[in-house]
Amino acid sequence: MLRVAYALIPGMLIYSWLFGWGVIINVLLATVAALATEALMLRLRQRPIRMYLTDGSALVTALLLGLAIPPLAPWWMVLIGTAFAIIFAKHLYGGLGFNPFNPAMIGYVMLLISFPREMTSWPAPLSLSEIQLNLGESLTYVFAGILPADVRLDALTMATPLDVLRTELGLNKVMEKITASPIFGAMGGTGWEWINIAFLGGGLWLMYKKIISWHVPTAMLGSLALISLAFYFIDPTAYTSPLFHLLSGGAILGAFFIATDPVSGATTPKGRVWFGIGVGVLTYIIRAWGGYPDAVAFSVLLMNMAAPTIDHYTRPRVFGHGGK
Amino acid sequence: MIRKLFSFKGGVHPPQFKDISTTQPIRPATLAQQLVLPLHQHIGESATPIVEVGDYVLRGQKIARAQGYVSAAVHASSSGTIVAIEERPIPHPSGLSATCIVIDTDGKDRWIEHGPAETSYTEMDVSQLRNIIRSSGIVGLGGAGFPSYIKLNSTGAIIDTLILNGVECEPYISCDDMLMRERPEQIIAGAKIMRHALHAKQVLIAVEDNKPKAHAALVDACRNEDIEVILVPTLYPQGGEKQLIKVLTGKEVPSNGLPVQVGIVVQNVATAAAVHNAINLGKPLTSRIVTISGEGVAEPCNLEVPFGTPMRHLLDQCGGLRNDVNRIIMGGPMMGFAMHSTEIPVIKTTNAILAATQANVAPPSDIMPCIRCGACADVCPVELLPQQLQWFARAKEFDRAQEYNLFDCIECGCCSYVCPSNIPLVHYYRYAKTEIWAQEREKEKADHARQRHEFRLSRIEREKSEKAARLAMKKAAAQGASSNKQAAIQAAMARAKARKNSPGSEPKNTDNLTEAQQQQIKSTDDMRAKAQQIAESRRAQAQQMMAGKQAKDEKE
Repeated sequence: MLRVAYALIPGMLIYSWLFGWGVIINVLLATVAALATEALMLRLRQRPIRMYLTDGSALVTALLLGLAIPPLAPWWMVLIGTAFAIIFAKHLYGGLGFNPFNPAMIGYVMLLISFPREMTSWPAPLSLSEIQLNLGESLTYVFAGILPADVRLDALTMATPLDVLRTELGLNKVMEKITASPIFGAMGGTGWEWINIAFLGGGLWLMYKKIISWHVPTAMLGSLALISLAFYFIDPTAYTSPLFHLLSGGAILGAFFIATDPVSGATTPKGRVWFGIGVGVLTYIIRAWGGYPDAVAFSVLLMNMAAPTIDHYTRPRVFGHGGK
Repeated sequence: MIRKLFSFKGGVHPPQFKDISTTQPIRPATLAQQLVLPLHQHIGESATPIVEVGDYVLRGQKIARAQGYVSAAVHASSSGTIVAIEERPIPHPSGLSATCIVIDTDGKDRWIEHGPAETSYTEMDVSQLRNIIRSSGIVGLGGAGFPSYIKLNSTGAIIDTLILNGVECEPYISCDDMLMRERPEQIIAGAKIMRHALHAKQVLIAVEDNKPKAHAALVDACRNEDIEVILVPTLYPQGGEKQLIKVLTGKEVPSNGLPVQVGIVVQNVATAAAVHNAINLGKPLTSRIVTISGEGVAEPCNLEVPFGTPMRHLLDQCGGLRNDVNRIIMGGPMMGFAMHSTEIPVIKTTNAILAATQANVAPPSDIMPCIRCGACADVCPVELLPQQLQWFARAKEFDRAQEYNLFDCIECGCCSYVCPSNIPLVHYYRYAKTEIWAQEREKEKADHARQRHEFRLSRIEREKSEKAARLAMKKAAAQGASSNKQAAIQAAMARAKARKNSPGSEPKNTDNLTEAQQQQIKSTDDMRAKAQQIAESRRAQAQQMMAGKQAKDEKE
């Protein structure tokens, strides 16, 4: 698990370089909250604390959730989300290994549903914003909600590329005009593309180290690419390119770090492929026609529900049992 | 010719540690003062003792005979006196005791008279060969201990390939390695006998490529033989029969099936050497090569050990145990099991005795929950879903476990080896299997009891109905008897009535009477009429008298 955390570091650094201190603050807050809640729950459940705290599972949950919550979100949101993830999504189901859903995604979805406004307002990336809060200013804003005197909130935040796309398409604008906005970069959203590429690097390293198998990421990104390619060909004015889909929002992070969670995912090799395809297709469907701009969290949770069934129907042929 | 090799899915590459026990040549173990020979050293029925306490036996003398088809004889492994036939601890995962023949050795190690058979094996009948192998007590020496003579009975199937298994894939163990290095000619000789018995078309000897010296020795010994020695890439558990067959031939032995079904017989190299000793030298199986190794042993080596030698006696010969020895394991680190005492004897299936130190054995406290990572499924050579099976075993969902082919598990331990949570998965499977067996036995017992109960009920029912039937019959008989009587009476009355009424009720003998008869009848009738007249007159007189008397009485 610790190596999963290491693999997140490059993406995390680029993310915070582009979006400011808020990212680091989120991740640290979530980590502290996760470890504290984990320790509390272990104590209540009379489990050995040190052994479970050092397994890294709570840390990974915290990192994923910290990365998923918009930077500069109020501190209590991070705390609530993380505590909810650890207590409700993990320990109430029996702790490590027994949770049917990905805890980080449960925390994220709970926050998204409870605080939709806060959860969709992101700071503008470095290249698009004149203002970048320094550490002190960021801390003041996160903990006290006070901005420096010369900064206005709407100058600081803006919608994410996926969000903009959804709103503008809703206003019947043409894709070309929408993507001409500086918020869209060469491949994905400005800034986002680099973060996603860094996550991709970390993910590939995990694959190389055989910590995760190729099945889920390949199937998820492959199905997302194929389905978006199909619609892009049908009508490029209404649907964005596959590259944009792959390099925006949480697609890469989800494919390599979230959907690959073994506990809540499918475990048979074939099952993992189907699981990945399910996540990819659902992500596209929710992004293109659903009510939320990004969809990885919902797709992963929906497929978590299907995982036992998938496992049941994808059992490998046992040695000496018919077939070739 | 370079043979095309196949592969099986999964498998692991545990560190080998074989070199530590192959530095010295095989040497005979010193004779222990007491040998404890369990009657059950193989798969199948226990042998039946044919000696008594107090008997003096010679090495190679049969002291227990095979009992039933799947069984093997036991021979004295040194000369001495039988001092006991009693329960002693045997090598068993549960530390069970079982009947053993105990010999106090006399130190002379005198052999029973033996010698090569008069005829060469090539002239011998297959059944004759099998009989010698059977009475020599030879079982599979690779670890399973299945009576070898049974495997040499192809029962009509055409055997395409005889495979000699010199893979020895478990870490630490090197007894077959050393045997192949030092006595390849014995293996080849045994292989030829078995080929003859099976009419096998080809003979292959498989050796893993971590044993180059053994391979070279066999190749050297096979130079003039039609036997192919094949070097296979090292991969645990390639020594598994079905896995090896897959690698060498690409054939998959069906689940629950035997290699014979695909025209293959697999024997261990040490078994082949034992067959050679039995047929060509007339020596029954009384000893085997045992690897004494592990970090806890000062001088790891391979010993030629008479069966029944206590493990402690062997460990002492290898420099004794280090202080931090945590457990003694019989077999390899992957499939072996811990001994609860060092007094336990070496038996036919003891290929290795390992002394593991504290550092070798993970403490159970390190066991974490399963995170369903699937690493176990990736290495399972049978392509099972080990973690699913573990969940079912934990939840006691034995039906589901069987549905997920629990019984195809060969307990190789690959899953436990790779588990990041250190879960002893194989223990769960053994537990589940034992539970299922117990349940089946229980069910059988219950079925039996139910059948008995049902039989009893039906018997009672039958007896009841029989009794009722008997009673009814009696009653009917009684009723029948009384009604018969009445009927007879009625019938008689009816007959009488009919006779009275019928006009022909006269005596029948009135016609055709003789004169004399008619005279007689007439006189009789006359007399009857006279008598009647007299009687009537008398009756009248009496009436008159009575009437007169009455009148007289009335008057008075």
